[in-house]
Amino acid sequence: MSGTPQTAPATPAATESLDTPRRAGWSKRRIAVVALGAVVVVWLLIKGSDDWRQFAVVSLNGLTLAALFFVVASGFTLIFGLMRVVNMAHGSLYLLGGYLALEMQDAWFKEDPSGLGLSLSGAGTGDYDLFSWVLPLLLATLLIGVVGVLMQQVFLRWNQGQDLRQALITIALSVIFADQMLAAFGGISKDIQTPTDWPESISLPGDVTFGFFRGVIVLGAAILVGFGLWWLITRTRFGTIVRAGVDDRDMVSALGINVQLVFAAAFFLGAMLAGLGGVLGGTMISLAPGEDTSFLLNSLIVVIIGGMGSLGGAAIGALALGLVDAYADVYLVFGDTDLTNYSILVTFGLLVAVLAVRPLGLFGRPA
Amino acid sequence: MTPSAPGRLSWPGLAAVVVLAGLAPLVFTDFFVSVILTKSLWLGVAAASLIFLSANGGMVSLAQVGIYGIAGMSYANLVAADGGSAAEWAPWLAVIAALLIATAVGLAFGAIAARSVGIYFLMITLAFSVLVYYFFSQVTELSGFGGVNNLDLPSIVGEPGQDPDRLYYVTLAVAILVFLGLRYVSRTAFGLALQGLRDEPNRMQALGFNVTLHRILAFGLAAFVAALAGVLSVWYNRRITPGSIELAQTIDVLIIAVVGGLYRLEGAWVGALTYALIDNYSRDWTPTIGDVLGPERFNTILGVVFLVIVLLSPGGLVGLWERGREFFGRRRRGPPGAVATPSPAGAGDGTN
Repeated sequence: MSGTPQTAPATPAATESLDTPRRAGWSKRRIAVVALGAVVVVWLLIKGSDDWRQFAVVSLNGLTLAALFFVVASGFTLIFGLMRVVNMAHGSLYLLGGYLALEMQDAWFKEDPSGLGLSLSGAGTGDYDLFSWVLPLLLATLLIGVVGVLMQQVFLRWNQGQDLRQALITIALSVIFADQMLAAFGGISKDIQTPTDWPESISLPGDVTFGFFRGVIVLGAAILVGFGLWWLITRTRFGTIVRAGVDDRDMVSALGINVQLVFAAAFFLGAMLAGLGGVLGGTMISLAPGEDTSFLLNSLIVVIIGGMGSLGGAAIGALALGLVDAYADVYLVFGDTDLTNYSILVTFGLLVAVLAVRPLGLFGRPA
Repeated sequence: MTPSAPGRLSWPGLAAVVVLAGLAPLVFTDFFVSVILTKSLWLGVAAASLIFLSANGGMVSLAQVGIYGIAGMSYANLVAADGGSAAEWAPWLAVIAALLIATAVGLAFGAIAARSVGIYFLMITLAFSVLVYYFFSQVTELSGFGGVNNLDLPSIVGEPGQDPDRLYYVTLAVAILVFLGLRYVSRTAFGLALQGLRDEPNRMQALGFNVTLHRILAFGLAAFVAALAGVLSVWYNRRITPGSIELAQTIDVLIIAVVGGLYRLEGAWVGALTYALIDNYSRDWTPTIGDVLGPERFNTILGVVFLVIVLLSPGGLVGLWERGREFFGRRRRGPPGAVATPSPAGAGDGTN
C-alpha cells in the first residue's frame, strides 16, 4: 500500500487480447459472420435493383461519408498506433477546427452589409472566392495541429505509458473544450460556405447527379490524405521511424532517435487531420455542439473495426461504417414497416460482427 | 500501490455514516436532501458499478450509463406515463422487468467486450454507451418527443415532489445494499478469481479459470447494479430523456468514479457527493470572466476539477485521504520502515 498510486492497472499482458491466437482455419463464428455479410450484400442488391439511380446516389453518399470518417479517423489511429494514446478529445479537435475556419471565413471574407468589414474577396456581395475557403482551411488545420502538440506536450508527455490515465486526461480536456466551444460559438448549427463559383452538383453517367463538394472535394481530399499518409509512412525517413516506433518504441529510442520529437510530430499530424476533417465536415454537414461526440464515436467505431493503429484498417473501417450508415438510412424499409429509425442498430451489428471474429479489429495486432 | 482488494471494512465507521445519513432529513432542508443527498446516492450507485469492475476486474467500463439508460427507459415505457409506449404495468413488475432487460443487455455487451482488455475495452464500452444514446434519440416510439414524463412510481417512494424523505431512504437502503453486496462479492471465490485475472490473466488461464466467462459475469453483475441506479434515477427525476444518457452523462459518472478513486468502492459516493455539491453551488461563487468562466460554465469547472484530480492524485479523493493518513501515521509512529502496513487480502501485491 505504499509508493505512488498508479492509474494504469494494466500489466504488460493486459493490453493483448485474451483470445489465444487461432490458426488460419475458419471457425464457425467466422463462417457465420461471412455468411451474414453475404446475405446483406445480396439483400442490398435486390433492394437496389428497384431503383439503380437511387442506389448509386446512396452508395455515393456512403462513400463520401466514409471519406470524411477516414480523414478524421486516420489521425486518431496514427496517434494511437505510435503512442498508445487514445485521444478522446479527437472529436473536440474536429469541431474546433471547423469553428476556427468558420470564424476566419466570417471575419475576413463575409461581406459586411454596412461596408465596414475588411473584405479581401473583391467580388460582389455574398460571394466567396476559392481563396476564402482554402485559406481558412489551411490556417485552421495548422492551428489545430498546434493545439494538438500543446495538448500532448503539456498534459500527455509526462504520463507516457499510462494509457488509462492519458485517456482520462483527454476526456477531461474534451469536457472543457466542449463547454468552451459552446460558450464561444453558441448552440446554433452553422456551416462554412463553399466558393461561389463552384458548381452545385456534378452529372455522372446514367443520369445521376451528385453534390460537387461531397463527390469531388471531400472524396478527393480523402484520397489525397490516404496517399499522402501512405507515402509518408512507407517512403520517408519519418515514416520509417514511426513504423519502427509502433513495433518497438524503446529500441528506436535506444538507437539514438529523438522519439519525443517524433511523438510531437505525429501528434501534430494526427490533430491536423482532425482539424482538416472538421473544416470538410463543417462545409459538408454542419457544425454544432454534439458533432464532437458524433465524430469521436465515428472514429472509435472506425478504428475498432479496422484495428487500432492500422491505416489500411482505418480506410476499410471508414468504408464499412460510411456505407452501412448510408444504406441503413434508406433501405431499412420492409413493405409498410419503416425501420430506418433503428439504423443505429445496424451500425452496432457491424461492430459486434467484427468483434465477434476479430477482437482486435480487422487489421489489429496485439500491442 | 497496485490496485488491491478493498481493505478492512471499518464497521463502526460504516455504522456512523449510515446513522448520520439516516438523520440527515431531520437536519437538512428538503431541497438539500433531494438535490444533493438523494442524487449523490444514486449517482454513487452508478459509479460503484464502474468502480467494482475497475477495482476487481481491471476493466474501466464506460457502458454503465448506457445500461442504466436501458433500465430507465424500460421502466419508463412499462409504467403509466406521458410519452413512450406507456404500457401501464404495475411499478414493481416494471422494476423487475427493467432490471432483467438491462442485465441481459449488459451480459450481451459483456460477451462482446470481455475479450478485449485495457484501453480497447474502454473504447468498445464507450461506443456501446454512445450507441445506446443514439438508439433512444432516434427511436421516438420509446423515448417520446420530449422524453417520457410523469412516470408512475411505486407507493413506497410516495410523492417525491412533496416529500423527498421516502425516496431518500429507499435510495439510501439500495446504496447500502449495493455497497455491502459488492464488497461481499469481491471477497468470494469469484471475486478473488476476478482480481487474479486482473493481474495475471495468462496465469489464471493456465490454472484453468475461464477468463472470459469471469469477465462476462462480472460485467453482468455490474450491469445489474447500473440498472438499479437507472431505476433510482428515473424515480428521482420522474422522467427520462435521451439527453440524460448522452456522452456527457457517461463522462460525469466516470468523473465521479475517478474523483472518488477508481479503486475504492466508498469513493463512488465520495465522488458523487462532491459532484452534486459542485453541480449546485459552483454557480454561486464562480466569478465571471468573459465567456470563459461564469455561472453557466459548470462543465468547464467540472472538467478542470477532473483534470486536476487525474493529474495530481490518480487515487482520487479517497486516495488523497489515504495518502494523508499514511503521511501523518508515519510521523506519529516513527520512520516509514517501522510502519507495518497490513495488506489485507493483498491480491496483486508483489505480482506487478
